Amino acid sequence: MLRQLRPALVLLTALTVITGLAYPLAMTGLAGAIFPARAAGSLIERDGTVVGSSLIGQTFAGPGYFHGRPSATTAPDPADASKTVPAPYNAANSSGSNLGPTSAALAERVKGDLDALKAENATVPVPVDLVTTSGSGLDPDISPEAADFQVPRVARARKIPEDRLRALVASRIEGRTLGILGEPRVNVLALNLALEDLVRP
Amino acid sequence: MTLNGWIQIALYGAVVLALVKPLGSYMTRVFTGERTLLSPVLGPVERGLYRVSGIDARQEQHWLAYTGAVILFHVLGFAVLYAILRLQAVLPLNPADQAAVAPDLAFNTSASFITNTNWQSYGGETTLSYLTQMLGLTHQNFLSAATGIAVAVALIRGFARASTGTIGSFWVDVTRATLYVLLPICIPYTLFLVWQGIPQTLGAYVDATTLEGAHQTIALGPVASQVAIKMLGTNGGGFFNANAAHPFENPTALSNFVQMVSIFVIGAALTNVFGRMVGDERQGWAILGAMGVLFLAGVIVTYWAEANGSSVLNSLGLTGGNMEGKETRFGIAASALFAVITTAASCGAVNAMHDSFTALGGLVPLINMQLGEIVIGGVGAGLYGMLIFVIVAIFVAGLMVGRTPEYLGKKIEAKEVKMAMLGILCLPLMMLGFTALATVLPAGLAGPANAGPHGFTEILYAYTSAAANNGSAFGGLTANTLFYNSTLAIGMLVGRFFVKIPVLAIAGSLAAKKTVPASAGTFPTHGGLFVGLLVGVILIIGGLTFFPSLALGPVVEHLAGAAGQTFATGG
Repeated sequence: MLRQLRPALVLLTALTVITGLAYPLAMTGLAGAIFPARAAGSLIERDGTVVGSSLIGQTFAGPGYFHGRPSATTAPDPADASKTVPAPYNAANSSGSNLGPTSAALAERVKGDLDALKAENATVPVPVDLVTTSGSGLDPDISPEAADFQVPRVARARKIPEDRLRALVASRIEGRTLGILGEPRVNVLALNLALEDLVRP
Repeated sequence: MTLNGWIQIALYGAVVLALVKPLGSYMTRVFTGERTLLSPVLGPVERGLYRVSGIDARQEQHWLAYTGAVILFHVLGFAVLYAILRLQAVLPLNPADQAAVAPDLAFNTSASFITNTNWQSYGGETTLSYLTQMLGLTHQNFLSAATGIAVAVALIRGFARASTGTIGSFWVDVTRATLYVLLPICIPYTLFLVWQGIPQTLGAYVDATTLEGAHQTIALGPVASQVAIKMLGTNGGGFFNANAAHPFENPTALSNFVQMVSIFVIGAALTNVFGRMVGDERQGWAILGAMGVLFLAGVIVTYWAEANGSSVLNSLGLTGGNMEGKETRFGIAASALFAVITTAASCGAVNAMHDSFTALGGLVPLINMQLGEIVIGGVGAGLYGMLIFVIVAIFVAGLMVGRTPEYLGKKIEAKEVKMAMLGILCLPLMMLGFTALATVLPAGLAGPANAGPHGFTEILYAYTSAAANNGSAFGGLTANTLFYNSTLAIGMLVGRFFVKIPVLAIAGSLAAKKTVPASAGTFPTHGGLFVGLLVGVILIIGGLTFFPSLALGPVVEHLAGAAGQTFATGG
């Protein structure tokens, strides 16, 4: 065993330096040089301030914006640090709801959201992604159906014809990669930014 | 279920299969010491490492010395990682000012990463500094994977050699696995991931002002370099709490597809390395075939269950399958496929929350792990886990015809069967023993977030994942407590070493045996009959051991859900 000590110690140290420092640091340098914006988190700036990342969802609550999916992320309770409070789209603490298929809490939450959405638009069935939380709590996308579903509300709030909004949504749909991978989707932040541009003169 | 979903699944299978031969051929050259395309670049680095470490590359080891080296390497790796976790507050590269990690959590995390489990009792972005992620975790991602490959190669040598006392040099195997296999793939892979949108920066977390004027802190870091090895090395420990569901760990459908391929590719190719080194590639394909049958069955069940959705939510009028805990960009097919892959291999990364899967959709990942992750499996660990079952299957076949069983010209005798059973039996002891303990102790019962049978499944899943060195979780379980941190760590360590050490003992014993020439009475181990026998033995052993626990958890939950019953916590 003792004869093995030197190879173990030296090899562990050398491989630690190679894989734990040289590799990630070299990759950081290289990635920053080739893809600077993406390596830094695909941040979106508007009028000099960072308004978010194109990959990270954020909360939209006002009726004049398209809303993302419900989010189950939390933050430490300011009153008692050992507890947590709901903090949707907390991009510093990703998490899902972890509620199981027979959870009474999940059934109640979904029922409540369903009722609210049906009150807003009773003409079409509520898309499933609008009443379910994502795995990360930071899903930047909604399904095209979920975007269409919200068009009447946004149109009322913004006083824009529904047709124009539907066209806007259609122009923002990202299809499956290579026509096969993943699902069609609409990036909510990008859609809302386009919406603001539509309203601005 | 949609046609497009099945096309995605078929495409996945085709891509992995297409990579088996080329990577298998390359890895065989690496581990038999032949020159490869990368030798001109990496040869000098490799020889330099041997020189400073005092390693003679031609000096092979007896299985006991090989095992000693494995253990020593792990003990030292554990110590380094534990020290980094405890000291991160005073070390550099800590822009978010993370505090020192608590002793029980540091113990759990160190055990988790040296055993290739990568169970996350911690949330990456709220607990760990950038230095810890790189120097502590990224490096163990490489080394625990390299060790798994080394042990598998040692076992293959046991089958391939005859009448020798040695099974290779651990130091050479672990160095070559790191330098020639893992690093050269990870470098272009990292760049691909950044191109897809994964951050790779040492910059601090960013404060954004949202369109509605709220503040959002966006966690960043050197993510891509870690995600590459966490997938390729079937480690699975996420940079962020939400793992591969997080848009910064898995931003697009394409990054998701490539990540799924990278989980399986080395494990699948090792079956080809096995075939080549024992001199008959068909032997490798037979093993891959048995893995494929089990994999496909799992995918069909999970995709069907998730596409059907939860009875309780469907009764509220919801259609479109189970999207709770899933990301829009992946949808149901790619999430179900990922869940089966990650638990078939010992990866444990998740792109959707398994805790929110339907009862039957969550049953498949659980079974995958309980069988010991032999369907492709962890890099190395899957192949040697499967070969343990092969030994048992051959033994059963031998009993049926009354002959001393043989596999690849090696007589399988009492010692090999005993060691194989030790490797098989330590897993249920850890999985079921600790689950039983946690369901009677208050400290254990405090863990589950869900009530009823789902709560039981959360506990069962945790110990199953730990002992099988998977690392995925039913994440609702509050596992960052003294009780769970320590019992799960024990499960991980036993699950790793009480399989590895028997495997190396088998390797040593087989290498010393003479090769018996095949005769008319030899059972052919490259055809459909053998594949069927192997799958049967795996399912019988797994079924007899785990069915009662599954009946108490997912099966009851499925039936209760179908009857419209829900369970409230606190009642």
